[in-house]
Amino acid sequence: MGTQAIIETVDLKKIYGMGDATVAALDGVSIQINAGEFVSIIGPSGSGKSTLMHILGCLSRPTSGQYFLDNQDISNLDNKQLAAIRNKKIGFVFQAYNLLSRTTAIRNVMLPLLYDRMDTQTQADKEKLAHTMLEKVGLGNRMDHMPQELSGGQQQRVAIARALINNPIMIIGDEPTGNLDSHSGSDILRLFHEIHEQGATIVIVTHDPQIAAYAQRTIALRDGQIESITHNGHGRKQ
Amino acid sequence: MKLSEVIKISWEAITKNKIRSLLTMLGIIIGVAAVIMVISISAGTEATINDQITSLGSNLIFITPSFNRGGAQSFTANNRGGLVFNDAAAIDQQVVGVTGVTVEQGATETIKANGVTLTSISILGSTPDFPTVRDMKMSSGSYFTQNAVDLKQGVVVLGSSLATQLFGTADPVGQYVNVGNYQLVVIGVLAPKGSVGGTDYDARLYLPITVVFQKFTPSQFARFRGNEVRLIYVKVDPKVKLDDVILQIQLLLYKRHKVTSSNPDFSITTQQDIIATQESTTAAFRSLLAWVAGVSLLVGGIGIMNIMLVSVTERTREIGIRQSIGATSDDIRVQFLMEALLLSALGGLIGLVVGLGGSVVFGSVSGMRTVIVPSSVLLAFGSAAIVGIFFGYYPASKAAQLDPIEALRFE
Repeated sequence: MGTQAIIETVDLKKIYGMGDATVAALDGVSIQINAGEFVSIIGPSGSGKSTLMHILGCLSRPTSGQYFLDNQDISNLDNKQLAAIRNKKIGFVFQAYNLLSRTTAIRNVMLPLLYDRMDTQTQADKEKLAHTMLEKVGLGNRMDHMPQELSGGQQQRVAIARALINNPIMIIGDEPTGNLDSHSGSDILRLFHEIHEQGATIVIVTHDPQIAAYAQRTIALRDGQIESITHNGHGRKQ
Repeated sequence: MKLSEVIKISWEAITKNKIRSLLTMLGIIIGVAAVIMVISISAGTEATINDQITSLGSNLIFITPSFNRGGAQSFTANNRGGLVFNDAAAIDQQVVGVTGVTVEQGATETIKANGVTLTSISILGSTPDFPTVRDMKMSSGSYFTQNAVDLKQGVVVLGSSLATQLFGTADPVGQYVNVGNYQLVVIGVLAPKGSVGGTDYDARLYLPITVVFQKFTPSQFARFRGNEVRLIYVKVDPKVKLDDVILQIQLLLYKRHKVTSSNPDFSITTQQDIIATQESTTAAFRSLLAWVAGVSLLVGGIGIMNIMLVSVTERTREIGIRQSIGATSDDIRVQFLMEALLLSALGGLIGLVVGLGGSVVFGSVSGMRTVIVPSSVLLAFGSAAIVGIFFGYYPASKAAQLDPIEALRFE
């Protein structure tokens, strides 16, 4: 394909507990995800998909194994360095939207910019950028609304705009349609699709095979190991 | 994250829960207000004492009788104790470095004048030197002369508040006042002096001491040893050492009273001794209040810590969200520390206003003098900020140490 793997894990293990009472949430997972790919990770609860997502999203570290993100080994970075990577290279979209309540949509979208240590943009630049992102997700006219004034689907769109604003290497969706009715859920999946078509790399974690099938490739986990990798037969439209 | 952004976020968090924030600040408000008021009241008291030193002069010696002798000889006529009128004259003539001597002997009488009756009024017998020695000025008329003392004239000088009580705004000079069973004529009114060492100089009558001896404190022993006085004032030349004058007076009185230094029948106090006593009382009072203020600040700080801990728990999810989009533990710590700091600084500011206002109101209601000390404002405000940082640190660290995954799962 000629595309490079921007995400690569080598024999990732995550072990909880100590001594004899240990549980391997991840037991040797090696995956590769290419730039611009749309991948879903599926598995029943306890399969290790959440643990994998947390490691991919730099919210936790593997017990052993390596994780390369954008050709950088980040398995052994400290918390501060991980926070910087989350800020610059990863965009999260959560099941429960996780917007700051009592904070307007545009301020929620701007939030990652405020934690950017290398920040050089002016306040006006940031607002303009956040505005652009909200327009991109179809909420240009809802900028000053509070989250509780928006529908679930709209809140998730704000979350997507927030995930996109730092132009991350990878968007991670953790059951992004889990709290939505089927209609809004489809809208959100279509939005992911659009973003993907514009070139973003997307990883969605879900337990729902139908949603997993939206992705180009599905990685199925069971008991902390890869059970199967399925290509869903619809490549990125050129 | 920029400081301005941190302040903005913290300010929003505080204003979202106005009532709670206000209650949280209450301890700090009370503490800071207490510190400012305590300092302004004690500074006022100190200023009053300083004024007394300046107005009285520190070169004044008080000699009072003491009755600490024991044994059978105590009751011999010659050694009955106490000071007599002639002692004053002897000091004036024989002690070097004395610029003025006066005596006082007092009684309490009911007085009537101008249709007004006042009971239990102090009358004070003295000599013409009294206003000079005690730095008192006349506001009307004149003080009595040596002639009046020698001739035991029935004249009286009124203290300023007494003059107002009896005659209102009218000039009392030339009016008559009935003191006990005697009618005296008013020849002067003293300018206000105020209270010094617990004695109100304005609510008294001043009479020639000979009149007091004869009419108000007659003594059956006066013929043998002279008329008793309760106090001798000695004004000392400022150029002379006070201790030298005290020593001369002691030697003179030992000889006159036929006593020794081991059982004297008088005691000598200086103006400085009296002021020192008063100052130490004020200092004790002040340190007590300072402790109360300090404890209040401490309680205020604990209140802030309590609410910050609740706030961290309530906002666990928010912390997780911020962490997931790139906030470091330092970012989280600074945010909560700033919130605690803003709470205490705001509390400090409100306390400042309450304390300054309270000082002014307290001063006018109680009549005590209050002086606002600029450094106390800094002290109170600074300690509020320190309390905020100190008690905000633990909750902020707790927030900073949250695991992002756990925090995001928090419901």
